Amino acid sequence: MTSDYNFAFLDENTKRMLRRALLKAVAIPGYQVPFGSREMPLPYGWGTGGIQLTAALLGPDDVLKVIDQGADDTTNAVNIRRFFARVTGVATTERTSEASVIQTRHRIPETPLREDQILVFQVPEPEPLRTLEPREAETRTLHALADYGLMHVKLYEDIAQYGHIATSYDYPVLVDGRFLTSPSPIPKFDNPKLDRSPALMLFGAGREKRLYAIPPYTHVESLAFDDHPFEIQRWEQQCQLCGSGDSYLDEVVTDDRGSRLFVCSDTDYCGQRRAEPAA
Amino acid sequence: MSALLQVRGLSHHYGQRVGCQDVSFDLHPGELLCIVGESGSGKSTLLKTVAAQLTASSGSVRYHQRDDSWLDLNELDEAGRRRLAREEWGFVTQNPRDGLRLNVSAGANVAERLMAKGMRNYGQLRAIAKGWLERVEIDPARVDDAPTSFSGGMQQRLQIARTLVTQPRLVFMDEPTAGLDVSVQARILDLLRRLVNELGLAAVMVTHDLAVARLLAARTMVMQGGRVVETGLTDQILDDPQHPYTQLLVSSVLTT
Ligand SMILES: [Zn+2]
Repeated sequence: MTSDYNFAFLDENTKRMLRRALLKAVAIPGYQVPFGSREMPLPYGWGTGGIQLTAALLGPDDVLKVIDQGADDTTNAVNIRRFFARVTGVATTERTSEASVIQTRHRIPETPLREDQILVFQVPEPEPLRTLEPREAETRTLHALADYGLMHVKLYEDIAQYGHIATSYDYPVLVDGRFLTSPSPIPKFDNPKLDRSPALMLFGAGREKRLYAIPPYTHVESLAFDDHPFEIQRWEQQCQLCGSGDSYLDEVVTDDRGSRLFVCSDTDYCGQRRAEPAA
Repeated sequence: MSALLQVRGLSHHYGQRVGCQDVSFDLHPGELLCIVGESGSGKSTLLKTVAAQLTASSGSVRYHQRDDSWLDLNELDEAGRRRLAREEWGFVTQNPRDGLRLNVSAGANVAERLMAKGMRNYGQLRAIAKGWLERVEIDPARVDDAPTSFSGGMQQRLQIARTLVTQPRLVFMDEPTAGLDVSVQARILDLLRRLVNELGLAAVMVTHDLAVARLLAARTMVMQGGRVVETGLTDQILDDPQHPYTQLLVSSVLTT
């Protein structure tokens, strides 16, 4: 461990402030708690909210995994992992099952999570009503009164325009039957994994200075209409690397003649399946 | 029959300036009351204070609820006020753009209050929205069009549909036809008269136009300088105005 920085980069007062805000967030599932967001050595949009949460959580014995769109090897994921390795000295891993803290942008791992794991989401816009109601004071009142008809206006518009609920990312959820919440821009494919998850889920928005939580085993409902129920994405293909028929697939263009390949977006999951001896 | 709304000694002041002063009236179920006055007479302030959009400086507004109990609006918290505004009342603004959601379709505008009340069947919401468009004389085929593509008169009719879709017991209207062409105005007033009768609505409408009062309201209040100067049956007020200010208003209507 280097002595150039305080452990996990942030000073102890800042970490204490963040932990208090996190405790409040866990106590009120889905409620957006304001916090004093600090300048981080990365620009907004690179996960500064998630990084601050992770910094407040990590202890010397933790094992950290960082993913970006399901992959451990993108520039963003590699930079954040290196950053924490340097300022904490904690072990890092690409294996979901070995990690105690997983910081993620836009995915939930396919490998089922456990009670002893924490998932930290990077969130660009914490307010699910923002595109419909730009006034902060008004959205705060709508949350206070649980007055969420407006969210269904958005879903109604989707069906009116596209014939089905076209929202496929950042699909709004109701947490613990109370707070309308953004799951961050994960595909709606991942929404069912939020419901009654054994792992603690924490969400950090650096630019907007908000954090919120979905505690373990909390009921998380994806909004829908009775005659247009919530549905996840499905593919006709299987992963062309590991053969998985039930993971989230990315379409990869493999050459300049437009050849395409469908592969798991979760690179660790795909790699583990390929390493297994064929059953 | 018992009143729906009881207003007693109601005042609203903007700092030192009087908005409305010491106004009292009862509104009965199914009754349409017009508040007439010139710009600055305090009629819009009165409307907003009665509708609990402005806080009363003194006096009281009591609302007769379905369960026969009386609700004192001074004692209502924000949650209660919003519930009332959403589920029991409606408010039609002068400029339809203030009362509509311009970035979503006509159908979503009409269906919003139903969704806020918990209706979760898309097919049903859409069918009701189309039915209401037809009722306010908008082609139901335009259900998915943006309100911004509508004329001013159509926008106002859309706002009326959006407000009445939940069948409120009481509707407040602030100059709903001001700023529209005379022929467009006449069509909307006809529509309002028909809907108020069909639905048995109680309504309070603010207007600067005595002709609007004559067409719609059995009873009229005349305001000047924040105070009510005359109140009574609309026909009586128009045919035999008692207060000099009312006489002036009536004569100016007759000469234009
Ligand atoms: Zn795979």
